[in-house]
Amino acid sequence: MAENKGQEIQKQETQLQQGTEPTREGRLFMPPTDIRETNDSIVLTADMPGVKPDGVDVTLEKDVLTVCGAVADEHLGNHNGDGYAEYEVGNYQRSFALSDEIDRDKIDARMDNGVLTLTLPKTTPSQKRIEVKAG
Amino acid sequence: MQREMDRLFGRAGGPVAPAFPPMNVRLNENGAELTAELPGVKPDDLGISVHDHTLTLKGHREPGEGEGAWHRRERAFGQFARSLQLPFEPDADNVEAICRDGVLKLRLHRSEADTPKTITVQS
Repeated sequence: MAENKGQEIQKQETQLQQGTEPTREGRLFMPPTDIRETNDSIVLTADMPGVKPDGVDVTLEKDVLTVCGAVADEHLGNHNGDGYAEYEVGNYQRSFALSDEIDRDKIDARMDNGVLTLTLPKTTPSQKRIEVKAG
Repeated sequence: MQREMDRLFGRAGGPVAPAFPPMNVRLNENGAELTAELPGVKPDDLGISVHDHTLTLKGHREPGEGEGAWHRRERAFGQFARSLQLPFEPDADNVEAICRDGVLKLRLHRSEADTPKTITVQS
């Protein structure tokens, strides 16, 4: 049964910015993410097993998008007794820098079977930033 | 020197691909509780079977679809299969399986024949 006993824990931990400390105990993991860009939107898909829809928190501040996921109590589990572990349970956090202007009011977030899908629509040209002229 | 090389290049045989899905197993008196992280796998796409002391988990994960340019592809997809050797023979008719929020929970019970019997010593 202990075929992978020496295997390292597979999840990658989130590296917090220098000078930032976590406020909660426990490890914070980086969810594996797919990012796809189409003409009118950016679609981000992140694996966060154990997180329910109400445990997801998405914030967009300036150009930084932060995705947080809190694991539901029922998945925290009991860690006592004999066993063998290949993964650790912990909350998720990851930030992305967005290059394109995103229409904040139309961001759509969906959580399905532990997978978060975020659709970030780009702003239409008429909403684009105002150019600053020199002189 | 050899130790230094091992440290630099990792264990002998090179890096091992991580097994999917990652599993946690906890043994108790009546059997075992097993959890596996399977985000995005629908219960219909999952096959669980028990034979002798072996538990097999099979299934597939759909690749992300759609048009446009991929900037990142970190999520694994495709077929997976894993077999686990258990230290007891599970009762195949009494396996509880729940898949919620991308986490599979399996509760396996020792079969009647495999349960240890207490023998009283007579004086």
